[in-house]
Amino acid sequence: MKRITVPLDSETIEDLETGDEVMISGVIYTMRDAAHAKITEMIKKRARLPFDLANQVIYYCGPTPAKPGNIIGSCGPTTSSRMDSFTPLLLEHGLKGMIGKGERSAEVKDAIHKFGAVYFSALGGLGADYARDVKKSEVIAFPELGPEAIYRLEIEDFFAVVIDDAKGNDLYMQLSVN
Amino acid sequence: MRIIPPELITQKVAELVSDCNYFLPHDVVNALKEAAENEDDKKAKTILYKIIENHKTAKKGVYPLCQDTGIAVVYLESGNEVSVSGDIYRAINKGVEEGYSKSFLRKSVANPLTRSNTGTNTPAIIHTSLIKGPNIRISIMTKGAGSENKGAMKMLSPADGAQAIMDFVLETVKKAGASACPPYIVGVGIGGNMETCALLAKKSLLRSVNDFNGGDKEALKLEKDLLREINMLGIGPLGFGGRTTALAVKVETFPCHIASLPVAVCIQCHSARHKTITI
Repeated sequence: MKRITVPLDSETIEDLETGDEVMISGVIYTMRDAAHAKITEMIKKRARLPFDLANQVIYYCGPTPAKPGNIIGSCGPTTSSRMDSFTPLLLEHGLKGMIGKGERSAEVKDAIHKFGAVYFSALGGLGADYARDVKKSEVIAFPELGPEAIYRLEIEDFFAVVIDDAKGNDLYMQLSVN
Repeated sequence: MRIIPPELITQKVAELVSDCNYFLPHDVVNALKEAAENEDDKKAKTILYKIIENHKTAKKGVYPLCQDTGIAVVYLESGNEVSVSGDIYRAINKGVEEGYSKSFLRKSVANPLTRSNTGTNTPAIIHTSLIKGPNIRISIMTKGAGSENKGAMKMLSPADGAQAIMDFVLETVKKAGASACPPYIVGVGIGGNMETCALLAKKSLLRSVNDFNGGDKEALKLEKDLLREINMLGIGPLGFGGRTTALAVKVETFPCHIASLPVAVCIQCHSARHKTITI
């Protein structure tokens, strides 16, 4: 088990290998379908983004509403492939990591390799337990999107597995070959 | 004729959508435990136990099992000696809206073209059928999109037979891969026509995990053969490898046209949330 902090620096990324189990601590930003569409439009219009993408990690997640007195609701990963068409552009603009679940397209895997980034899978359907790893939660953009808003999350010991490392390896490919 | 007030339907539906999202059915929990004990792969075993832990956290009632609290699929079976003194569909939708709001569930229903969220998690998808007697039976499945998106329907040729059905189901499960949160429960509807096979596949997921299709010898054989083949794919719990790719396969059949062989596959994730009540 490797312990890493986010945002990601190049040393951490170089050290991560496909199949590694990691505990992530630091700051991540949630973004799913609708937020990806909006951010992509903003990049194309050269508008100022709600957060600087450089070295950041995006979490594909739309949490349930927090019950009173809680930081967040259930908050597991959503399917990453729906974000595939948006991802290469974000990587080109400095994004270094994504957390989601499931396979990525060939284009995304190529872009991860090209830009020296990393793709993690969290454990799908374990949203109740992931809620306990979130220490702070704040909507920083697109509140009108409800669960699809961008949340800034402070996480501690958030479990994930490296699927695509910066060297171009892919865990699902390795599993299917074996 | 027994008369039921619509408010009772609303109250029961609100309770059902909430219960579905915080309490995993016992048969699913037991099947996960059994799979964890039988799994040889260390990582797969660990993940199965993590899934069971998540259910223990959820049942405390603070965090739903999954952040995708689903779209409500309602199976309404109404007796011929009972009547609701009002609009039953409105009562059900009101129950869904109240349940999702009061139990802090995510509202995930949107206009398909504008993508604007309806804000209430309604309309529910309601399937109605008539039964005998003085009761109303309501089954609700709160199904997430991660697994629903991996469903598939195909018109096979009658000449293709059982092998083509097997191939299509296996191909659909392979495509679901790690994305739809295995171990799966796979619902297979065979026959009828385009919409009937899809309805059969979906509704089969209401059956208990350990319930095999005892009434149909060929369906039972397919259930067993498919489960064995699926668990040889090596996808494993959440796609990290292992023998537990599916907990069960449910096959339902309906006679079809001599020229047709419609088949639908409905993928259910490990968070197999559904509950039935009788009013």
